[in-house]
Amino acid sequence: MTLTGFIIATVIKILVVLGVISALAGFGTYLERKVLAFMQRRLGPMHVGPYGVLQVAADGIKLFTKEDIVPQNSVKPIFKIAPIIGAATAFIALAAVPLLPEFEIFGITIHPIIADINVGVLFVLGVMASGLFAPLLAGMASSNKWGMLGAARTAIQLLSYEVVTGLSILAPLMLVGSLSLIDINNYQSGGFTDWIVWSQPVAFILFLIAGFAETNRTPFDLLEHEAEIVSGYATEYSGMRWGMFFIGEYANMITLGFLASLIFLGGFNDWGFIPGGLAIVLKVSFLFFFFLWTRAAWPHIRPDQLMWLCWKVLMPIAVINVVVTGIVMMM
Amino acid sequence: MSLEQFKDRNVMQNYTYIPVDNPPVEPIEKFKQVVKRTFKGELFVGLWVVFREMVRFNIHTVKYPMEKLPISPRYRAVHKLYRLLESGNERCIGCGLCEKICIANCIRMDTRYDENQRKEVTEYTINLGRCIFCGYCAEVCPELAIVHGQRYENASEQRAHFVLRDDILTPLDFLKEGKQEEFDGFGAVSPNADERIKKTPLAY
Repeated sequence: MTLTGFIIATVIKILVVLGVISALAGFGTYLERKVLAFMQRRLGPMHVGPYGVLQVAADGIKLFTKEDIVPQNSVKPIFKIAPIIGAATAFIALAAVPLLPEFEIFGITIHPIIADINVGVLFVLGVMASGLFAPLLAGMASSNKWGMLGAARTAIQLLSYEVVTGLSILAPLMLVGSLSLIDINNYQSGGFTDWIVWSQPVAFILFLIAGFAETNRTPFDLLEHEAEIVSGYATEYSGMRWGMFFIGEYANMITLGFLASLIFLGGFNDWGFIPGGLAIVLKVSFLFFFFLWTRAAWPHIRPDQLMWLCWKVLMPIAVINVVVTGIVMMM
Repeated sequence: MSLEQFKDRNVMQNYTYIPVDNPPVEPIEKFKQVVKRTFKGELFVGLWVVFREMVRFNIHTVKYPMEKLPISPRYRAVHKLYRLLESGNERCIGCGLCEKICIANCIRMDTRYDENQRKEVTEYTINLGRCIFCGYCAEVCPELAIVHGQRYENASEQRAHFVLRDDILTPLDFLKEGKQEEFDGFGAVSPNADERIKKTPLAY
């Protein structure tokens, strides 16, 4: 493929991923409200469109036309740039994630991955981790004590759980011997029993727990804990700036769903009679549903409990898991 | 229920105390508690409960402006002034009892004698902005002329809307269609009133 062709193909892929994932993130808000409502014996949005499916459009119009308020004493450039960091890092992280298996269209083989770099996992986790600057800067710049508390919680929560994410993912990476997500996927191509979740169940659970903290979803939703600190780092945000935080959060959930399915749940390999493309969509959908499910079922925890869980429970278990994996591999 | 029980204002009397274990102090006890809670699977019970409710799909939402919950016939909402069924005249005889008994002082009426020397009500207003919907007016009315209706959505843009007599009086065409339903709510005659009536001593 020539350089021009490569650039055009990449730009098209970027546009498609950006469009599809942001649309899915918007639709995710509808799904979240519906699922939560059903679990709480409510109906959820019902009035815009059939069964409320166009609620996203109504919300979008509302967010776009809302007054954009920048508080007087805030650090204005940082206040304005923080939501962009939030949304941008969420989408940049998707660049190294293979979303679907290869397929052919008009006689051209398409690799549904924007950049097939050989350190895919490292890149994705790194960019997702740098997303912590969004709530941190937003909270610190908005000259609001709730924002400040939210920023402080960002620092402790996201930084601490980065450790657990990294350590938990280390053991499967030792098994595979590659940081490329495509290699990890191909490692599990032998079918259902080859999934890494069977050889690394502890790492899978740790990764999921840390993922909840990284995407700040309930039960670790401390950054914008409505009952305690109004809306945390997002207290002073309104309109589209707040909307960008929201899109970033949902895009992060989708990214994390892809990561967990690729690393632990067999990725986009064919699953029995289910073709690979459909299989990974099903897995990501289930993980997304799991995020909403836990939100309906489980309570928030306190920041000190969060720290206790991270440093005294999860991190030792992760280290032990890595050591045991190493010993088993050497024998 | 005896009077003693009835007058006991101690609200704690029906409370049940749930025994709570003392929090563990020793590190080994704390560790045991953590392990016990981790493997007890309480989190999965929570997940199961909400999932069960989702699958059951037993929705409790009432889409309020489109559908409304039934209210009791004894509900005390905006008043109604009734008419006599045959003649269509107002039932109100202008006795003024409701005006007297109203503890919020919101009823005002003006009466005069008509050409047949019968009392006629010229003005009748209820200031619904003041009314506390206690139901005394409906209870005291000897003619079942003023009753409480079921209209509880009484938000308005102007206070003047709260006093209109024309609003609460049964319209004539409505009456002709036989749509004025006899009120069985607050202050109404009980269903078995005929049996309970005792004849005056002169009759026996």
